[in-house]
Amino acid sequence: MAFWNEEIETMPREELEKMQLRLLKEKVTEMYGKSAFFRKRMDEAGVKPEDINSFEDFRRVPFMKKIDLRDNYPDKLFVVPYDDIVRIHVSSGTTGKPTVVGYTKKDLDNWTEALARGMTSFGLSKKDMVQNMHGYGLFTGGLGVHYGAERIGATVLPISTGNTNRQIQLMQDLPVTALAGTPSYYFHIADVCDQMGVDIRKDTKVRKGIAGGEPWSESMRKKLEDRTGIKTYNCYGASEFYGPMFLECEEQNGLHLWADLAYVEILDENDQPCKEGERGAIVITMLQKEAFPLIRYRIGDISAIDWTPCKCGRTHPRLMRISGRTDDMLVVRGVNVFPSQIESVIGEIPWLSPFYHLTLTNANYMDSMLVEVELTEESLTDDMVKLNKMSAELSRRLKDVLNIKADVKLCLPGTLPRFEGKANHVTDNRNYD
Amino acid sequence: MSNIIKQLSIFVNNEPGRLAHISSVLKECGVNMRAFNLAESTEFGILRAIVDDPDNSYDLLRQKGIIVKKTDVIGVYLQDTPGALFQAADVLGKANINIEYGYAYSYKDKAIFFIRVDDPEKAVDVISKQGIKMVSDSEI
Repeated sequence: MAFWNEEIETMPREELEKMQLRLLKEKVTEMYGKSAFFRKRMDEAGVKPEDINSFEDFRRVPFMKKIDLRDNYPDKLFVVPYDDIVRIHVSSGTTGKPTVVGYTKKDLDNWTEALARGMTSFGLSKKDMVQNMHGYGLFTGGLGVHYGAERIGATVLPISTGNTNRQIQLMQDLPVTALAGTPSYYFHIADVCDQMGVDIRKDTKVRKGIAGGEPWSESMRKKLEDRTGIKTYNCYGASEFYGPMFLECEEQNGLHLWADLAYVEILDENDQPCKEGERGAIVITMLQKEAFPLIRYRIGDISAIDWTPCKCGRTHPRLMRISGRTDDMLVVRGVNVFPSQIESVIGEIPWLSPFYHLTLTNANYMDSMLVEVELTEESLTDDMVKLNKMSAELSRRLKDVLNIKADVKLCLPGTLPRFEGKANHVTDNRNYD
Repeated sequence: MSNIIKQLSIFVNNEPGRLAHISSVLKECGVNMRAFNLAESTEFGILRAIVDDPDNSYDLLRQKGIIVKKTDVIGVYLQDTPGALFQAADVLGKANINIEYGYAYSYKDKAIFFIRVDDPEKAVDVISKQGIKMVSDSEI
């Protein structure tokens, strides 16, 4: 079994934890000096950097939340000048405002290191050719996987998303051995291969794949593997903490959380630490992030941690499958969608009432999203051309904010369900079995 | 007396049985339809109807929970001969008045074209100047 950075990857737990505590203390001290936001939060909580001498002490440090990122848009949480920032990524935000993340040279280096370790852990090397089907651009998936694969010496085919026929053509023409993409796109590839009469096992050399960007179940993975012969490895990340970062190894038994780069807590509903193996909210601290540090960030995902040494020989803790959200965020075709984003678009359009409903389905494992919203009494018209124009405008404005296409349906006033108390605006009919 | 006629636009969800339901309510309310037209968008269906007492019918239907709006239309008498539609449409086109939709009704030697235009007042003005006869609301 090959390692990318054997010394770190196999370091005993005690040593890893000792390093984590040292890095935590350093990061908190540094942030307290550099970040007005962080210093204010610490002062409000009555905590000083010198108070932190154990993981227990560290739990006194206040959380960072998604709303903090939004409130500090675009770059108020950066703690280095733009002179030292070499790249920017931008992801969709909660209420129309995106999250902007800056990277120093060191940040890019650590991000790439994390992926190089992960790719090596499931057997990729310079002998492989990786067809990167993640989108290149402001989204972190494309460039993250790209540089990770280059770092281990693999050949990268930077094809990006879309044009499925061409993807399949190149898969056959070139010695591509591994893919990277979202689970739903793998299923789409499999469907189109069937239509084109292409047998991935016979007509290509593709045998491995990185799957990330959206949730899927173990049974979906099994189905895809049986159907295509591509063994897939889960990947977890978020633009807030670099991008895609943590991968499964050959064992396919949890994501290796690189403990020298990230300190992950799992907390219960009272913000108390869960027992090892118990599920709770993920709270992540990036130990070596420079441009846009994250301290005790509540990402909103629910999972558990397992420190049992992995059969692969790596000692770092493993993050189990993500099993839900602590908030109402939805992941649709790999894109984060908050009902509040849809509410904000509807709120800006005077001819719509605030009543809406969102329905998610996934025929053939491709997500689709239907937004039904009521017209107001005043705007209701029997002119079809006007109705079509309104429908098109809503569709366009949703796409601008959500970054993905939604089907829209204008409804008659008073016809969508009303709720007493907390409204349930979402029906998620997606099936992952 | 006016040449602008109030049409009732009745909105119904695209579901089986909805038109039957609306028709039975119209019957209960004693609404007499002179002419009507059915249209559907991808989202819902619309019954456009010329009725004998639009204001009263409107109130009755609303009380029954029906989604209904009053829409101004005009009714043009057409000679039941080839080219009659062209004559009316041409007048509106030349006056730069846009026809949103229309539907016709013919009985014996007489035909009426009900039209929804973007500027009904102006339409009445240009059509009457051409000597084309229009339906007045009191005739309905």
